[in-house]
Parts: sequence; structure tokens; C-alpha cells
Amino acid sequence: MQHKFKSAALAASLIMVSGLSLAEIRLGTDTAPYPPFSQINAAGELVGWEIEIGNALCEIMKEECVWTPIAWDGIIPALVAKKIDAIVGSMSITEERMKTISFSDKYYNTPAAFVAPKTSDIDGSPESVKGKILGVQVSTTHQNYTEATYADMADSIKTYQAFDEHNQDLIAGRIDAVVGDSLAMAPFLESAEGQAFEIKTTLSNEEIFGAGAGAGIRKEDNELREKFNAAIKKIRDNGTYAEISKKYFNFDIYGE
Amino acid sequence: MLDLFPNLQYLSFGEGGWGMNMLRGLVSTLQIALGAYALGLTIGLAGALGKIHGGPITKLLLEIYTTLIRAVPELVLILLIYYAGTAALNSFLEWMGQKPVDISGLVAGILVLGFVMGAYSTEVIRGAMRAIPRGQMEAAQAYGMSRFTLLKRITIPAMIPFALPGLSNLWLIVMKDTALLAVVGFTELAMTTRQAAGLTRSYLMFYVAAACLYLLLTLVSNIIFRRLEKRSRRGQPGLA
Amino acid sequence: MRWDWIPSYWPDFVDGLIITLQLLSMSIIIGMSFAIPIGLVQVTGPRWLGRIAQGFCTVVRGTPLLIQLWLLYYGIGSLFPSVPWIRESWMWPYLRDAFPYALLAFSISVAAYEGEVMRGAFKSVPKGELEAARSFGMSRFTILRRIWLPRAFQNVLPTLAGEFVLTLKATPLAATITVFDVYGVGTMVRQETYRIYEPLLFIAGIYIVLTGIIVFFFRWLENRVPRAV
Repeated sequence: MQHKFKSAALAASLIMVSGLSLAEIRLGTDTAPYPPFSQINAAGELVGWEIEIGNALCEIMKEECVWTPIAWDGIIPALVAKKIDAIVGSMSITEERMKTISFSDKYYNTPAAFVAPKTSDIDGSPESVKGKILGVQVSTTHQNYTEATYADMADSIKTYQAFDEHNQDLIAGRIDAVVGDSLAMAPFLESAEGQAFEIKTTLSNEEIFGAGAGAGIRKEDNELREKFNAAIKKIRDNGTYAEISKKYFNFDIYGE
Repeated sequence: MLDLFPNLQYLSFGEGGWGMNMLRGLVSTLQIALGAYALGLTIGLAGALGKIHGGPITKLLLEIYTTLIRAVPELVLILLIYYAGTAALNSFLEWMGQKPVDISGLVAGILVLGFVMGAYSTEVIRGAMRAIPRGQMEAAQAYGMSRFTLLKRITIPAMIPFALPGLSNLWLIVMKDTALLAVVGFTELAMTTRQAAGLTRSYLMFYVAAACLYLLLTLVSNIIFRRLEKRSRRGQPGLA
Repeated sequence: MRWDWIPSYWPDFVDGLIITLQLLSMSIIIGMSFAIPIGLVQVTGPRWLGRIAQGFCTVVRGTPLLIQLWLLYYGIGSLFPSVPWIRESWMWPYLRDAFPYALLAFSISVAAYEGEVMRGAFKSVPKGELEAARSFGMSRFTILRRIWLPRAFQNVLPTLAGEFVLTLKATPLAATITVFDVYGVGTMVRQETYRIYEPLLFIAGIYIVLTGIIVFFFRWLENRVPRAV
């Protein structure tokens, strides 16, 4: 009996290995939910603004694309190790990351938000977080900003693997404030549990937050980067971008 | 009064419910676990034979393999093998003149966990082989059986009763270890649960539901292995 | 391979190591002090208590530790703030922190797995020895303290060494609920330096050393304990 399932499993895995071709582009995105940009819905499908944008880009590039969900903290290593070909996961274009990978042009740019309970007197200034605990998602520009700005004053900065987890700890009162993307915060602030919280201030710092989110691409893949740039320009020009965005946002998230 | 599960409808199988998704997660957990277990047993059998009959270099390499794998946390191993293992495989294929393969999701999970389980099952199977009475092997050799026939007809069947308790334990471990793949971002039961919990904010309910599913798998496995053990102990067992 | 990041992260690794060791040693102490009665009641009865102990072991051993951790931290842990008096009580600073949840989850785990080991250990002590002790007029507690427990431990020391190595290897899971242990420091280094393999290899090395220490400590302990005849 063991023999049977052994060979069956082996055969199955061989089929799976040979069944995958390398002709397609593998787009990496965070496995953890990041609405409204990307999330798995209850039906098990990958949905969200960024998923639609990614698919639209692939259509323009005339490429076969497959989405590969990967843990956020391993997404750059996955790109470098060729597990994926491009990161389409709301990754900000920063100098720091450019040392390791390259980016396409940006496809959206929104400010970061400092979120705390409505009743809290934290206003987002470094002085106001004295003795407080802050939460951020790991490997994000928000983490970098928080560490650069608040580390001296705050009691501690806790890092979370997933975006929803620091919100959950904010609700639970285990942290006093969270720094994260303003648009990703929106669904949380609109939810029943999020009613007690508000955006205290939006944060900007070009050097740390970068110039918006772009597709992360391996340094040597110049051709793919150019293709992404052309496709981004195309969907901006032909109205696809606006059409998709309309379903999610009531303003242009492309930024200046 | 605390309402522990205010949003039970999220568990439903209908529209907006995560029931189907959780079941899909359960299926991929089972697939990964079965595949990794089969791979682990294959490696384990080869490893045990190598440890018993191999030359000094084989023995040394196998000793290093089993010692290191059993000393490093599975989480670290999974990350290491996931990144380094496939890179190594591809450079090997390139060296063989083959095209590189893209290993993702299910297959990678199976390879990673199977490689880890191989170290544990090597030890279990080696111990079981050692427990086979020498006389049985000698009798078979006296019969003029070839090494392969000996393995197929005597060693494996005679070893199974000794190995089953250890192997059933390994099955329970590999099933639970699939949850670690969630930390790397694989979509299996633990990851699906995490996604559902995060999106619906019903953390307690979903984690309790997931725990129940894992417990169910364990209990069913226990029954199956108990039957197998009973069966393998009947007189002289053949391979069922 | 580049290793020049090690000096600058050295202090972080030391801090992480302390957390890992605290988690390991405290959960073994707390877990074992429950594992002994859990193992014992399954052998001595009363039967209903033995059943409960058995059920506890089955449930804990039948579910992944990762799920238990998340259930405790994100599930149960986030219920507390909705109960106002908890938030005002002296417990809040502890309930707020992630470490106690990790400690609880790991202690439960040790109690269940080692409870099972101890059950076998208590059973394996020959009845004759206990009867001899009784005929000596020893009280039940004295028998347990002087004969049963030491003999049981003597039998399972090698098993326990292996079990504690498994506990050590599970500690990185605590990093997923924001406990900053050695593994957590390693992942931080990975993110900050963008080195894929080196930080992982480095922490793998740390765990190998720790495993070695546990194995050798128990071997030393076994040699000091007189062998069972």
C-alpha cells in the first residue's frame, strides 16, 4: 500500500514539475491580505486593485502571467532567487531597495498614515509617542520611517508579518499606534472595529517612502522593466487605469 | 457577556463563507503531507540502507545529514531549502544539460518537508532494521536470494512492525509541520485560516476551526495506524 | 557569501539568544511541573482525572503549535481589552506583551508531550519495586518522591533530551507573534541586509550549538545517575 501511494505521489510531483513552463511571467504578491490592493476572497480567488492592474499590464505586454503569493518578508529574496519575475505588491521604490533590485516606473503613490485611537492624544509627532508602543509591518517603508523617526521616543516598535495583524493588535490595545499605507488603512477604519480609530496625520518623506509603488524587477532584467514601463504608460493613457481605479477609489491614486 | 463567535456565517460554504476555502486548504495540507511523507520514507529507506551497508564516506555523509537536519529548527530549514534547494537543483539540471524547472507551491512544499522528514525516518527505519532477528536474514541469504529480493521479501516486511510506531508518529509530525509553510507564504490550511481570520477579523473562530480540522486529521490517522499496526503484527506479515 | 554584518548585529543576537533561552527554560520548568501530574494521574487514577489528562494530551498533540500560538495571541488575547476591568488590572501589562502568550503556548505543549512521556515512564517502573516500598511502610507520597519519580526519570532521560531539543527547535515560531528571539533577529538581518542565505545559516549554526549543549548536558546527567539494572 505504501508502495502504491509512494509512486503515485512521485508521478504526481513529476507531472507538476514538467507541467510548469518558464515562458510565463510570475508576479509575486503578499500572501497575507492587503485590501483593497490584493487579497484572497472567500471563494479562494486573488482579487483587488493591484491584481486587476497587474493583469491589465500583462495583457498590454502580451505576456502570460501567473500570480505567485509569497510571504512579504521573503519577497525580495524570492525575486533575487528567481522564484518570481516581478513583484507587483505595493512595493515602494526606494534607494535602499534599489541596491538589491530595480523598479519599473511607479503605478501609484499614496501617503503613509499614522493611525491611533480617537481618544488618544498621540498626534503623530515624535514627542507625542513618548513611552508608547508602535506597530508596523515588517520590511516596509513604514517600518523604516517609524524606526528613523520614533525609535528614540517610543517605548518599543513591534514588527508584524502581516498588515492585518498590527491592526488586530491595535484593536486589542497591545500597541498604541500603527504606521501604514493610508489607502490600505481605509477598509480597516471603515469596519465596525475600526470606528474607534482615526488617521492622526499623514506622513511624507520622499527619501524613506520613495516615489510611489512600482514593479520590483531583477537588476539584469532590463527588457522586462522597459516592457512594464511602456505598459504602465499605456494603461494610464488609454483609460484602463482610471476604469479599474474607479471601482475602488474616488480619486486618482497615481499621485502627482 | 462575551460573544465568542459572533460571525459564524463566515464559516459557511455559501456565498461569502470561507468553508470551501478552508476545505481547499485542508486538501492541499493533505497533499503536501502525503507527498512529503512518501518522499521522506523513500529517503529514509535509502538512508537506513546506506547507514547499515554503505561505505565509510556514505555513512559519514548520512550521519551529517541526519544530525544537522535534526538539530536545526524546521522553520529555518524550510526557508533555507526553499531558497537554496531549488537553486541547487536548477544548477544541477543545467550541469546535466537540462532546462531549469520552476518549482513552486505544492512541489516545493513536498520537497522541503520530505527532505526534513527523510532524516527522521532514516533513524526510525534504521532502528527497525536493526531489530530484525539476524537469523531471518541469514536464512534468506542461505536461500541464495539476491540483495534486492532480500530487501523486498524479507527486510522491508520484517521491519514494518518495528518501524510502524515511529512512522505513525512521523506522519503526525509531518502533518502538523505543513502549517510551518504558512510562514513562508504557501497556501495551505494554516495560511488560508490566517487569510480568513485577517480579512474577517474573526481570529478566534477561524483558529479554533483550523485546530478542529487538524485534530480530526490526527484522530483519523491514529485509527488508521492502529489498524495497520495490528495487521502488520499478524503472524508473519506480508506487504498489504 | 558575506559575513561582515555579524559585528553590527552582534548585540541584537545576544538579546535574541537571551529571549530564546528564557522561553525554552521557563516553558520546560512550567511544562514539566504539569507533565508529571498529567502522566501520573493517567497511571494511578482517579479514572475521570486520567481521562481529562489524556484528552488534554490528545488535543494539544493533535494540533500544530503554530495554530495554538495564533489562537492564543490573536484569538483569545484580543478578547481581553473588551473586558474593561482586565485593562485596568495589574495583569494588563503582561497580557499586553507577546512573551507571556508564547510562554503559555510552549508550556502547554511541553506539558502535553512530556505528560505522555511521563505516563510511559511511570508505567515502566516495575510493580515489584513499588510493592517493596509499600511493605517498607512508606507513605504514598514518600514512595512517589523516593522511588517512583526517580526511577521514572531514570528511564526516560534520553527521551527527554530528544524532546527538549524538539522544544528548542519550535521556539522560532514565537517570532510569528512578535517575540524577538534569535530567529526574529535573523529575519530582521535578512530584511535589512538583503542577504538571502547567510543570516539563515548563521542562526542555523546557533541552534546547532544549542542542540549540542542540550545533548551533552543530558549525557552528562545520564552518567551521573546510576544506571537502571
